[in-house]
Amino acid sequence: MHNNPNDLIVVDQLSKYYRVANKQPGFKGTLKHFFDRKTYDVPAVTDISFKISPGEVVGFLGANGAGKTTLLKMMCGLIHPSTGLVDVGGFSPQRRQTAFLKEITLVMGQKQQLIWDLPPMDSLYVNAAVYGLSDHEAKVRINELAEMLELGEELTRPVRKLSLGQRMKSEILAALLHKPSVLFLDEPTLGLDVNAQARVRSFLSEYNKRTGATILLTSHYMADITALCPRVICIHKGKLFYDGDLDSLANSLSPSREVKVELKNPCAIEQFDKYGEIQDLNDRFVCLLVSRDKLTDVVSNLLTDFDIIDLEISDPPIDQLIGELFIKGEVN
Amino acid sequence: MQRYFKTIRLFWSTAFASQLEYQLNFLIELLAMLGTLLGSVFILSLFFTGGRQLGDWTWESALVIQGVYTFLDGLTNALLRPNLTEIVNYVREGTLDYVLLKPIDSQFWLSVKKFSFAGLPEIILGLSIVFWAAIQSGTTFSIYSLFVFIISLLIGFIILYSVWFLIAASSIWFVKTWNATEVLRALLAAGRYPISAYPVILRFIFTLVLPVAFLTTFPAEAILGELKFNILFFGLILSSLFFIFSRLFWKFALKHYTSASS
Repeated sequence: MHNNPNDLIVVDQLSKYYRVANKQPGFKGTLKHFFDRKTYDVPAVTDISFKISPGEVVGFLGANGAGKTTLLKMMCGLIHPSTGLVDVGGFSPQRRQTAFLKEITLVMGQKQQLIWDLPPMDSLYVNAAVYGLSDHEAKVRINELAEMLELGEELTRPVRKLSLGQRMKSEILAALLHKPSVLFLDEPTLGLDVNAQARVRSFLSEYNKRTGATILLTSHYMADITALCPRVICIHKGKLFYDGDLDSLANSLSPSREVKVELKNPCAIEQFDKYGEIQDLNDRFVCLLVSRDKLTDVVSNLLTDFDIIDLEISDPPIDQLIGELFIKGEVN
Repeated sequence: MQRYFKTIRLFWSTAFASQLEYQLNFLIELLAMLGTLLGSVFILSLFFTGGRQLGDWTWESALVIQGVYTFLDGLTNALLRPNLTEIVNYVREGTLDYVLLKPIDSQFWLSVKKFSFAGLPEIILGLSIVFWAAIQSGTTFSIYSLFVFIISLLIGFIILYSVWFLIAASSIWFVKTWNATEVLRALLAAGRYPISAYPVILRFIFTLVLPVAFLTTFPAEAILGELKFNILFFGLILSSLFFIFSRLFWKFALKHYTSASS
């Protein structure tokens, strides 16, 4: 396959199957399971291809069990692909060569690597030694990251006494000590409150701008994705189902806009039928779904036909759209 | 290499710090260790009341074995038990992923991450018993016999480590280690008494199948200047094979882990 030097990550026709055996209940089932085991392959990821350029921030979207984590783990070398190819910066991740490992990092929101009974600082120096950083380098790096993450004396307090948000920030610090250029983040804001989530988000965005690091992240929180990722890759039932920028995903998901109108005088419902699909009508407030190609006409007509106090045009919320998308199972 | 030494130093200093976080627990561990030690010396003294001999070993030379056993038991408590019983947790909690993504040998990380300082007095005491009892039985040390003693201790430790690591590594499949620790402690405990104290069949098994003899009897013979060179040579080969096998097995286990985990 031809590799463009601009591609940092190349994933080509990647699939992962898990071999499982089914056991029927009961003793008979157990015997059968033992002597005549029927195994079959369950696809976790099927035939996925995409390319990522250096410095991109890409969000992976998908319902639980869609294959996001499997995909992420194949890219950082923790899971061997069944078929297909992964290339990260010229390395084959599954070989986990030292030069590759020094370029990447993985943060898992639900698993921690810091030593529970000690302050994060102790774990940080262990990590620094493992990555071959000198004490001086480690110190400079820790100070720099601590400032960006707004961590101070938390670093010298036992991890078990930190709040979830402080702990997560410390985890991120530990993961970034060796200046990785590719960040794999699996649910980095899991369980954090809204403020802590926002701080992690703004840190990641600043880190990306400052260092040009490539960030790949999965999240359940749509706000993470909308705030950080210009590009999203949607996975549904192991298959790639959308790859592109977030705005056009919203457009293709919902070809309509919401038009909210506040009228000076109450009007009858029938009068609005010709403008668009009526979502809501409440005394003087009308909410219409209008397809985007007719939007400007409809708005100007509304303005001439009625006495309007206020008018607001908006996208339906993206998380609602994505939710509908996964239920429906296809993009329009 | 230097990176590995620095890593060990930091591993162990953080381990020390973690243990001191719970002062009372640390004291209890020390007391428990002292109790076991007194118990085992007492049992051994019973064997020899009335001048009975155990195998063809005298009281003093049997005490040397007890010393070697204590030393290995201390090393087990300090290094093997804290680390190797932890592997199953790495697998269960999925934090093995973090270890695998570190640019450092994963077997090294899992084997030396922790160090329990409660094992240290036992190590020192074990060595003291060895030398005291050896002197009592009229042994004169030479540089050669000390060298052979160190090598044979190393052989014993590597064999014990490898067997234990093999069993711990199997937790990648079972995600539960079937009381393997107890089996191994029993194995080590079998080495508390001279190998010639056992019936011939057991003697054979303990030398060749489960190399208990290499753990305690042979190092004791080494310090007493009685170890035959060919046994030392055989031990070197055997322990290397055990160690190589543990590494190959770990690679194999990881292959399974990385192709099956999710």
